[in-house]
Amino acid sequence: MKSGVLNLVVKRLGIAVVTLLIVLFAVFFATSMLPGDTASILLGQAATPEAVAGLREAMHLNDPAILRFLRWLFGLLHGDLGTSYANDMPVAALIGGRLLNTMKLAGITTLISVPLALTLGITAAMLRGSLYDRAVTVLSIGVISVPEFMVATLAVLLFAVYLRWLPALSSVNEAHSLTDLVRIYAMPVITLTFVISAQMIRMTRAAVIETLSTPYVEMALLKGASRSRMVLRHALPNALGPIVNAVALSLSYLVGGVIIVETIFNYPGIAKLMVDAVATRDLPLIQSCAMIFCLGYLLLITAADIVAIMSNPRLR
Amino acid sequence: MARAAASRRSFLGHSYNLVGVVASLVILAWTLVAIFAPYIIPHSIGDIVDDDYFGPMRQGLWLGSDYLGRDMLSRVLMGARYTVGISLAAVSIACFSGVVLGMLAAVTGGWFDTCLSRFLDAMNSIPSKLFGLVVVAAVGSSIPVLILTLAVIYIPGAYRFARALAVNINTMDFMTVARVRGESTAYLIGSEILPNIIRPVLADFGLRFVFIVLLLSGLSFLGLGLQPPLADWGALVRENIGGLPFAAPAVVVPSLAIASLTISVNLLIDNLPQKIRDRDA
Repeated sequence: MKSGVLNLVVKRLGIAVVTLLIVLFAVFFATSMLPGDTASILLGQAATPEAVAGLREAMHLNDPAILRFLRWLFGLLHGDLGTSYANDMPVAALIGGRLLNTMKLAGITTLISVPLALTLGITAAMLRGSLYDRAVTVLSIGVISVPEFMVATLAVLLFAVYLRWLPALSSVNEAHSLTDLVRIYAMPVITLTFVISAQMIRMTRAAVIETLSTPYVEMALLKGASRSRMVLRHALPNALGPIVNAVALSLSYLVGGVIIVETIFNYPGIAKLMVDAVATRDLPLIQSCAMIFCLGYLLLITAADIVAIMSNPRLR
Repeated sequence: MARAAASRRSFLGHSYNLVGVVASLVILAWTLVAIFAPYIIPHSIGDIVDDDYFGPMRQGLWLGSDYLGRDMLSRVLMGARYTVGISLAAVSIACFSGVVLGMLAAVTGGWFDTCLSRFLDAMNSIPSKLFGLVVVAAVGSSIPVLILTLAVIYIPGAYRFARALAVNINTMDFMTVARVRGESTAYLIGSEILPNIIRPVLADFGLRFVFIVLLLSGLSFLGLGLQPPLADWGALVRENIGGLPFAAPAVVVPSLAIASLTISVNLLIDNLPQKIRDRDA
């Protein structure tokens, strides 16, 4: 029986690896389509045709695309992300610190939003149909229906313009004390928490409600179990799989969220680095950043699927 | 529950509740604005009509002025044209391609189905905003590129949805009968499957429209969507973001416009009669 689950998990992991390859391929080709010849852009307008041809040769730009892709992939496997065109630094060095900043932002957001969203989602499902449930539902639909930048601008209007509690921009370099730290992270974290929690609340609520409509919960109701016992003892253990699935899926929204949030708050993370790289058409940097984002996204949705497989009692 | 039932009205054989009616009125209003915008704007969108920038709301300039002193009302009305138009074009392409491919995969099965599903699932594993960012960086930003990019991003979702529905229909007896009669694939998907999945597909169309409006606004906000002098709602927020510290109407109004449209579509779909919304069809 156990091997059935193992098989499915291994199969799902295999699919993830194939998907990753396809995604890497897509990212590589999308960025290879960048208009303009990289060599002539690098050398500027005054470059002689010979110099451009020489640089093209040196950068292997004349090789077929598939060869360049394989070389790039080979470099990736050895931890070599290439060299940035814009400032001639190794991409790995540019990304390192930025990635850490983004991870911090994502980590803090996760720590706050997961308990918050689970509490709200489960309680809303328990009190289904009540005023509280309606308020939570309407609020989460509202947040899902508007773009992330609007949540961010509303947060700025409220906390920085009207209440004057927090600064509108964040810059990690100036953190000297705990209060500094709070002031820096507060705004981006608040915005991201809103965006992520709204998704998570909806999915958690739906998962618990679905479990509550199963026959064994009805049985618990009929035998006279209290409402909280019904939810906590009977429904929740079985809804755990779908809830963890919902959490992992919602966290994948972080990927889109940080792109907007880092730009609007000028937060020195990897998403801001990538948006800037798009502006300067810095190919290796865009490729590496896109790859990191896709990898994170893929990890989260694969984790969500695997949890769903593992928690399905029919497969156990 | 009783209150919800009391507020239901019967119209055209379906019952609608109040929220649904209000939501569809808002959508209708924005559609009319999108069509007739050039005839109803009070000022030309490029004219500088205010001496002050980020001017407040006052008579003549009902929504204040933007960062150059241009009339905000005119710019928002024209912005509706781009936001609604581009999103509608993109969602039509995405849903049409996705649904046709999905039905085809369900009817054909075999290798075609497996390969297409695997490939589109892989496409789905690229975060949408990232995909938009990379494509716009690669080929530049223009209206056709935006429409196609947004469509391509949302084809996998539409495909998955339509295929799941069509696979269920495919197992029905009338499908077997039609096959035995020797009907062509085109007839099977057009006359047997499509009529049975059209209602949930239309509800999905609405949801996908919201996703596309949000993504388009997000891209424009990053400066990667519509390029000046054209401006959709996302671009209007971007160019007036400097007014945020003064809570200028120029930055608040376009945001509210996006929210009113997307929330209305979501509410309309949530309040559709169960018969239309039912995903099991």
